[in-house]
Amino acid sequence: MKIGKVIGNVVSTLKLDHYVGEKMLLVKLLDPDGTETTETLVAFDRCQAGKGDVVLMIDEGNSARMVLGTGPTGVVRAVCVGFVDSVNIYKADPASFGS
Amino acid sequence: MNLGRVIGTVVSTQKVASLKGVKLLIVQPLDENLEPAGEPLVASDAQQAGPGELVTFIGGREAALPLPEPFNPSDATITSIVDEVSLD
Repeated sequence: MKIGKVIGNVVSTLKLDHYVGEKMLLVKLLDPDGTETTETLVAFDRCQAGKGDVVLMIDEGNSARMVLGTGPTGVVRAVCVGFVDSVNIYKADPASFGS
Repeated sequence: MNLGRVIGTVVSTQKVASLKGVKLLIVQPLDENLEPAGEPLVASDAQQAGPGELVTFIGGREAALPLPEPFNPSDATITSIVDEVSLD
């Protein structure tokens, strides 16, 4: 899964049939520390996200088809599936965990 | 999915049978300000997109699904024609 920030909307009339009624969000992907990357994705919305929200998203077809309920031929990949409340990065060296 | 702009067409006569009848377009991926982001790519077209049009395209295995023959070697397909991108 990925973390992203909603920066806008994409409106389309001519689209695949199973896209009808789905909101398309423009999402800027974030690093774990919250800095914006250069990568932007167009994602469907399953958590009523709006501009400025930091969201948890998937970018994988089978999960997206399951969440959106499109059946096996759904042409979908990126879906916002939740809001990120906080991210905690461990300061210690991960190699020392469990020792 | 990504935003892109159709900047050209590709004509191919000899190709894999499952891509027969599929229109191939050159798409320049764009960022949120509609500035070019990354290298142009060849995408198959499921939406009758025309030159200069702003589109969304999908990559990966999903790119093969909207085409007439579902078992085909496409790795990018145009899925919608964008009317408007709003950043406000």
